Amino acid sequence: MANDIFVILEHTNGQLRKVSLELLSEGRRLADRTGEVVSAVLLGTGVGELIPVVAAYGADQVILAEAPALENYSTGAYTSVLNKVIREHQPKLVLLGHTVLGKDLAPRLAQRLGVGLVSDCVGMEQDDNYFVKFTRPIYAGKAFSHIHTEVTPIITTIRPNTFTLADPAQDRSAKVIETAVNIDPADLRAIIREVVRAASSRPELTDANIIVSAGRGIKSAENFRVVDELADVLGAAVGASRAAVDSGYREYKYQVGQTGKTVSPTLYIACGISGAIQHLAGMGSSKVIVAINKDPEANIFAVADYGIVGDLFEIVPLLTHEFKQRLA
Amino acid sequence: MNIVVWLRQTFDTEAKIVLDSEGKIDPSGVSLIINPYDEFAIEEGIKLKEQFGGEVTVVALGGSHVSEALRCALAMGADKAVALQESALEGSDEFVTANVLAEVIKTLPYDIILTGRVAIDEQSSQVAIRLAEILGVDSVSSVLSLEINENVAIVTHDIDGGYEVIEVTLPAVLTAQKGLNEPRYPSVAGIMKAKKKELKILSLADLGISPAAIGQTGAKMKLASFSLPPQRQAGRRIFGEPEQTAAELVQVLLAEAKVI
Repeated sequence: MANDIFVILEHTNGQLRKVSLELLSEGRRLADRTGEVVSAVLLGTGVGELIPVVAAYGADQVILAEAPALENYSTGAYTSVLNKVIREHQPKLVLLGHTVLGKDLAPRLAQRLGVGLVSDCVGMEQDDNYFVKFTRPIYAGKAFSHIHTEVTPIITTIRPNTFTLADPAQDRSAKVIETAVNIDPADLRAIIREVVRAASSRPELTDANIIVSAGRGIKSAENFRVVDELADVLGAAVGASRAAVDSGYREYKYQVGQTGKTVSPTLYIACGISGAIQHLAGMGSSKVIVAINKDPEANIFAVADYGIVGDLFEIVPLLTHEFKQRLA
Repeated sequence: MNIVVWLRQTFDTEAKIVLDSEGKIDPSGVSLIINPYDEFAIEEGIKLKEQFGGEVTVVALGGSHVSEALRCALAMGADKAVALQESALEGSDEFVTANVLAEVIKTLPYDIILTGRVAIDEQSSQVAIRLAEILGVDSVSSVLSLEINENVAIVTHDIDGGYEVIEVTLPAVLTAQKGLNEPRYPSVAGIMKAKKKELKILSLADLGISPAAIGQTGAKMKLASFSLPPQRQAGRRIFGEPEQTAAELVQVLLAEAKVI
């Protein structure tokens, strides 16, 4: 087993996703302790230009599968290629991001390989026998389960922002192993008719380092403007509580909490959010929490590192103004 | 059209999670609900039946209490229910659950299999896709809208930063996202009718599954322990006039917390 740690890379518009770089960084850290090899697996067409970046973040080798059928993600084609590559190289550990792609691909791949899968992992630790113990949140982070397995390959999808990015080492290079791609037409049964991505300069909610979020206290969809403005100054994503979404102030895709997205940014700024248990479950693992709320008794203050009792419509524009000056 | 909906029971979202003396999740005093995303799946199944005719069969795996969830789905308008009631399923991982569920579903005719995009307790989003792999069919996750044209489903679903429209051939497994529909409440007449509808209870023996193949013994992933998140401590309150507090917050975030 020469190829011990596999990182399945994800890229859009010629750019590697941040979570893929996080996985390479962590794979490198693991391998530096154990002397194993980090192999990045890159599928697509014309993706060769990503190889130096992949090497800089820690891959010893890149398994490259290029074919027109792999230009866009499809469950069938990606599963088929990865199933073959994994059977051939027999890695011990396979890392994917817990993204839309990872969530779709990893269970199918695990089932085809007849192995387990740790979904939405937020922590990995090695024991003496190398078998890794995994931590994953359950009940939206109200609890954690710790699991292990001795059945290899161990596949896991890792939540974005779990591992810190390494500093890229531009002098590193990686060996490239090209793999032949044979795709059965039956793997391309599903037909993608349309892909619509909202033109947004903002980061994905689940990827974001900073999130500015509002609750019922925002009072209207128009008022979200004050939150959007602060988010723009900080390069942050915008979130909303269930109360704000159910009141029609923001679309569901912005919802943070047990029945929305679970996030763990470096900084979470909660504006006019009371802090219902379902919301706290979805953002409680944020590194630093700031709460701005009129009600000094609001639950959110019990988990906030910094709290301001005050009117968000006064405080948030002042923050925007202050950050603009300080960050200019 | 033969519609199968897989349901799970979960803790109420209000539930506070505590561990019992053995360090396991303590279910005492917690009320159980149908997994919220599975409600969208039931509703969509009933709507498809209303549009195309056919039958909606709801399926659940678990202990004796799953029949409550199935009765509720029958009251909403599902036609039949099948439960595999087996306490030894506890400790099963997604590999085991998918294999068992596939055996149950293979006993039924199906054109479309629906469930929620995630169960809010385990939240692993694996079993529906594993099921599709076992049955050799396509799956689409996080479905926002659905149109059926002969044996083709045209499905709009969530992707990172947007949505995608994808066409899959039936049978297929689809997982429901919030927004797909508004689940109906069971009517009084529906609740009365549900009492007379068929709720079939299967055993492992009926399916030819060995008890050794399920629970932790059959699982690929071994459960080591549970823990609760570290309690966050309330931090610092910043007092003063709005201008002052805002300036101080910006200062501490930049200089002390260093998070920007």
